[in-house]
Amino acid sequence: MINKTEITQEALSILPPIMTANNVDVFYGKKQAISNVSLDIPENQITALIGPSGCGKSTFLRCFNRMNDTINICRVNGEIKFSGQDIYDPKVDVVALRSRIGMVFQKANPFPKSIFENVAYGPRIHGLAETKDDLESIVIQSLKRAGLYDEVSDRLSEPGTSLSGGQQQRLCIARAIAVDPQVILMDEPCSALDPIATAIIEDLMETMKEKYTIVIVTHSMQQAARVSQQTAFFHLGELVESGDTQAIFTNPIQERTQNYISGRIG
Amino acid sequence: MPDYILSTSNRMAKRHAREKRFKWYGRMAIFISIAFLVFMFSAIIFRGASAFQQTKIALDINFSEAIIDPSSSRDPELLKRANYKPIVLQSLSNVIPGITERRDRNRVYKLLSAGAVFDLGEQVAEEPNILGKSKKVWLLASSEVDLFMKGKIDPNISEDLRRLKDRDIKWIKILQSEGRIKKKFNTTLFSSGDSREPEMAGILGAAIGSFFSLLVCFLIAFPLGILTAVYLEEYAKKNFLTDFIEVNINNLAAVPSIVFGLLGLSIFLNFFNLPRSTPLVGGIVLSLMTLPTIIIASRSILRSIPQSIRDAALGLGASKTQTTFHHVVPLAMPGMLTGTILGMARALGETAPLLMIGMVAFIVDIPKGITDVATSLPVQIFLWADSPEKGFVERTSAAIIVLLAFLILMNLCAVYLRKRLERRW
Ligand SMILES: Nc1ncnc2c1ncn2[C@@H]1O[C@H](COP(=O)(O)OP(=O)(O)OP(=O)(O)O)[C@@H](O)[C@H]1O
Ligand SMILES: [Mg+2]
Repeated sequence: MINKTEITQEALSILPPIMTANNVDVFYGKKQAISNVSLDIPENQITALIGPSGCGKSTFLRCFNRMNDTINICRVNGEIKFSGQDIYDPKVDVVALRSRIGMVFQKANPFPKSIFENVAYGPRIHGLAETKDDLESIVIQSLKRAGLYDEVSDRLSEPGTSLSGGQQQRLCIARAIAVDPQVILMDEPCSALDPIATAIIEDLMETMKEKYTIVIVTHSMQQAARVSQQTAFFHLGELVESGDTQAIFTNPIQERTQNYISGRIG
Repeated sequence: MPDYILSTSNRMAKRHAREKRFKWYGRMAIFISIAFLVFMFSAIIFRGASAFQQTKIALDINFSEAIIDPSSSRDPELLKRANYKPIVLQSLSNVIPGITERRDRNRVYKLLSAGAVFDLGEQVAEEPNILGKSKKVWLLASSEVDLFMKGKIDPNISEDLRRLKDRDIKWIKILQSEGRIKKKFNTTLFSSGDSREPEMAGILGAAIGSFFSLLVCFLIAFPLGILTAVYLEEYAKKNFLTDFIEVNINNLAAVPSIVFGLLGLSIFLNFFNLPRSTPLVGGIVLSLMTLPTIIIASRSILRSIPQSIRDAALGLGASKTQTTFHHVVPLAMPGMLTGTILGMARALGETAPLLMIGMVAFIVDIPKGITDVATSLPVQIFLWADSPEKGFVERTSAAIIVLLAFLILMNLCAVYLRKRLERRW
């Protein structure tokens, strides 16, 4: 256990971050939702964003794959780099960007199509499979990685919406994995799930991080402590404190962080 | 137990009474509207049902070649226009004794429809081999005979007050006793265009005119309406211009249909010189009328598609257009189709704008394309309702029944399509 922590500590400091945010401000119309946030996302690690409701976690997360572009009144200032490339550069194609940075939403949102089609849609629009067999193997592999294959292997043609809540969320994870992204953003993926389904997804993230970088927004501090290596605490649109998860939870520097993790800001 | 939680307490009793009263108001309202509907339908069916039958008279016709085709040309046009009256008269006098005088002969001939000889001509032109042979043929009876057979003429009222005289009735009785006069299914009603004679009039021309108009209307309004709705809902930025367009679409939906007719008259007929009285222009005008309905219905359906579906697709790296046409539009399609069909159903029943562009003419021929002059079902109903002949009364109701049947059919189509597309998620 101690060994492992040492390795992650080392990794955090040595590996160059896959994504960096520099002085990011986000406005909804005139209202500022995020002010001057800078954060590095280390590769193949899980970064947890925590903070009270309305503090801007989702807003900040959505900057990483430019999902905020879909909101008319939303404006993003500052610099966010992915593998050294500024993603808000006009030359960047947001469609290509989102195929590298996938997203899983708070409420499972499978397409009202078959399980197979749900997973196959991404590879299909990005032309990742040359033949039908390729596509099938991508779908099966993605479902396996999302730990869902055993449960649905005999009913791939049934609608994705017929699955249970936890299965739907894993279907959404499989769908995100299928386009082979480097980063997966997760916005409270377990908030609508029971503890067992949550545990399954947490285990899943543990294995997923070998291949992907994960940024997760969560309301559950236990979850952040369990799954993440880095934690960032937001309050009122500001990044109060970020760093190694264990350090944040055992020994926070800021008083506000201290108050939040001990339950005094909610 | 405190008494205010008992249903017998004064306050609760009052509340219950009020609840009951409102329930009864609701039931009354439903009952009254259903009663009106039942009344309307039964009145129409009661009046129209008899129009689905038509009296015919059977005669043994001797297709004498010497009279029909003296030159032996076998030219179908000549055969059609040949003089069948003497042949028919001969057959009639074989059945009905004692008609020797010219006046009597003309009178007895009037038992048949003026269209009877045309039918004979058509029949001979179709199979010229019949020439020289004799055959029993069922011929259209005149409208007066038809009405009498259906019990719509009272033989007991004074002879001066009816066009069917006692003598005619005597002849009908003779035909009846020989089994030569019968009510048969009225095929004419479904196979002919309009006519001045009720017994020869049919709704096929009007129905096809309506069909062509609706076809044009659909081909224009459906794609335009849906693309407009998709653009406004999914692509357009909310600004002054889109607000302005939105207000105007809503206004257009409220414009009385006759105004669209005037527009069609001045723009499509007078300015673009499109052919008058045709389903082409009728369809364009109807499409203008249904367009706002389709746009408004489609937009509200699009708005009801959850944002999470769009997020899911966008998050996977689908472009805006892929998101819209792979996910949003297919999900909205059943609703958009339903809106379209309901709009078209309204267009099918529309009369006023068609009057303005001249689709109100008396047209016997059945239109063969969208540029042939035509009328439409509701206009045909209007025309027949306006005719003085008594035989048109039941036909008007019959045409209304047919129109209602089409409307019900379209609505069933809408329901079926919605069910089918929904099942495919
Ligand atoms: N589409 C939007 N339009 C306008 N304001 C928004 C929009 N989305 C979020 N906001 C505002 O931005 C601020 C941050 O919202 P955000 O959703 O990022 O909070 P959050 O930390 O994710 O909260 P929660 O934990 O409840 O999900 C809030 O004050 C919210 O009102
Ligand atoms: Mg949120």
